[in-house]
Amino acid sequence: MAEISIRKVSKTFGKTTVLGGVDLDIFNGEFVVILGPSGCGKSTLLRLIAGLEEISAGEIAIAGVVVNALEPRERGCAMVFQNYALYPHMTVAQNIGYALKVAGVARAERQARVEATAKSVGLTEYLDRKPGQLSGGQRQRVAMARAIIREPRVFLFDEPLSNLDAKLRVQMRHEIRRIHNRIGATSVFVTHDQHEGMTLADRLVVMNKGSIEQVGTPAEVHDRPASVYVAGFIGSPAMNFLPGQISLVRRGVLLENGTLIPLAQMPVLEDGHLVQLGIRPEHARLTPRGRGVIEAQVDMIEDLGAQRLCNLMFEDMPFCVLIEARPPLPAGTPVGLDIPAEHIHLFDAASERRIEIALPLPVAAPAEALTG
Amino acid sequence: MRRAHFKFSWIAAALLAPQLLIVFVFFYWPSAQALYWAFTLEQPWGGGNTWVGFDNFRKVLSDPYYWSSVRVSVIYALATTVLAIGMALTLAIFVDRQLAGYRAYRVAVIWPYAVAAPAVGLAFQFVFNPGAGIFSYINAVAPGWWDLSQNPWQAIAAIVVAGAWKQVAYSFVFFLAALQSIPRSLTEAAAMDGARPLRRMIDLQLPLLTPTFFFLLVINITDSFTDSFGIVDTLTGGGPFRATDLLVYKIYADGFRGFDYSGAAAQSIILMLLVMALTFVQFRYIERRVHYT
Ligand SMILES: Nc1ncnc2c1ncn2[C@@H]1O[C@H](COP(=O)(O)OP(=O)(O)O)[C@@H](O)[C@H]1O
Ligand SMILES: [Mg+2]
Repeated sequence: MAEISIRKVSKTFGKTTVLGGVDLDIFNGEFVVILGPSGCGKSTLLRLIAGLEEISAGEIAIAGVVVNALEPRERGCAMVFQNYALYPHMTVAQNIGYALKVAGVARAERQARVEATAKSVGLTEYLDRKPGQLSGGQRQRVAMARAIIREPRVFLFDEPLSNLDAKLRVQMRHEIRRIHNRIGATSVFVTHDQHEGMTLADRLVVMNKGSIEQVGTPAEVHDRPASVYVAGFIGSPAMNFLPGQISLVRRGVLLENGTLIPLAQMPVLEDGHLVQLGIRPEHARLTPRGRGVIEAQVDMIEDLGAQRLCNLMFEDMPFCVLIEARPPLPAGTPVGLDIPAEHIHLFDAASERRIEIALPLPVAAPAEALTG
Repeated sequence: MRRAHFKFSWIAAALLAPQLLIVFVFFYWPSAQALYWAFTLEQPWGGGNTWVGFDNFRKVLSDPYYWSSVRVSVIYALATTVLAIGMALTLAIFVDRQLAGYRAYRVAVIWPYAVAAPAVGLAFQFVFNPGAGIFSYINAVAPGWWDLSQNPWQAIAAIVVAGAWKQVAYSFVFFLAALQSIPRSLTEAAAMDGARPLRRMIDLQLPLLTPTFFFLLVINITDSFTDSFGIVDTLTGGGPFRATDLLVYKIYADGFRGFDYSGAAAQSIILMLLVMALTFVQFRYIERRVHYT
């Protein structure tokens, strides 16, 4: 049974609909990351689960109990806020222990648990300080400790790392995942950062404009994006798209300028069906002029250190290729591009949904085999 | 911060003049005059003032009427302050929680501050009139029970209510601003931690309001010493039996009704020192105000 079950949940503020009929099941002990650009309704969804906003329509159940009418305190969730929301007039110890104090836990037990929790996140020396005297990373830890001490069924995180610098962010990311593994509670983590999403999640939920685009493991979402939106959002640098139409006779996608990109297998579509062909920068290959399927021109090359990012122009569309070598390619150089059929993604031009090519995909090991 | 430095110029002087004139005419001149009178005594048959040192102060401080006035003033100050701050806080919490109709009374609550003290006194004269309004009904049941002009405690209660009513607005604005500056996520964090609204108020909102509270305490007490004249004058005239003879009212009564300029001047100086002390406390406090960030 799902730990959190979200059924056709909508949320409107006045006349604006922020969430339109979201369906999602989150399982016990899972680490789910809700990923999407700013303003797509991630926080709103999280706050609906927490009980900080009222559900406009639909139903949310936690551990089998419908919680629509329950107060936040009755839902068994703990939340870590983006700005930490520490009580500024209380010491670290009081902050961490506040939930227990409210719950009426005896002072001695409270103190013992505060100390144990503080130790687990490395805050022992700071227990008597006020939040104002802590660094960003330490405040983050206090916020974590405040959530952990309650031993909640569900952890809710609303972009908890976005106020930290890059290095600390990676460090805290690992720590959050370690804590999750140790405690075994269900975690729902909201972020707009795809790296955070990919690295933390058991399952990713990709959101766009108030609805869910795709739910899947990070690998599934990356390898088989369900829509143009997901394909463009996940992966860095972003996937290239080329508009064209299916040519059954020539067994490929006919681009607007008449170039044919061959497909390994044909999807079940009529001739001339309009599609978007997607190819990731790391899968397209640069070839000498005239040797690829496409002819393009170098616009500029960015050196990322380990790799080079070749920004090309194909017709007047930008096209990006990631390469290992450091070729001397000045701007304007004509080059060829190879587009390996096994890496092509096809999307319906009208609905922007993925079109499955009946193709033996490069076999990925099933997730169970790795995680046991 | 960058400061602009101006060389002396006639334009600057001309622009400053009206304000300086007002301050001079209505503050420095009377203050100087009061100081002069406080340390001198006018000769009974004319012929100028004679220096008497601290005699006037000694006389004032050994006058039992003066001490009863101090007592009433302190009662008035504490009662209006407690009442005004209490009501302001309650209203601000309601408005902050956006209970039904808050938009309407958010505006309504600010109005009394714009009403001059004598007008407040006049308005409450109607409210507290034993022969008309609410209290006439009580008096109809228990004849003579309510009468400001006979019962000292009722008179004090009346000026306290009128004074507090006038002060509420100011405190309300500050409390509301302070409450609204508490980040919403703090309240939400406390809600997630299991605290109900009342508990959140006690553990979170009230402690975070402490700086505002102390600031308003000083402001209200100062105001009640200085801004109460109009209310007393219109509502009770200092009576009955000097029961509402507040310090500021007694200065007026002694000086302009009893023609004891020197005694009144000495009282003015004492009151001025008191207000200066309170203002000093307030500035010190504002400077070192507790900041949570
Ligand atoms: N209390 C509110 N009142 C009105 N609109 C809101 C409110 N909260 C959020 N919104 C709107 O809902 C949309 C989604 O917000 P949010 O869930 O915070 O997005 P995200 O967390 O994905 O950045 C935004 O357009 C935002 O302006
Ligand atoms: Mg957000």
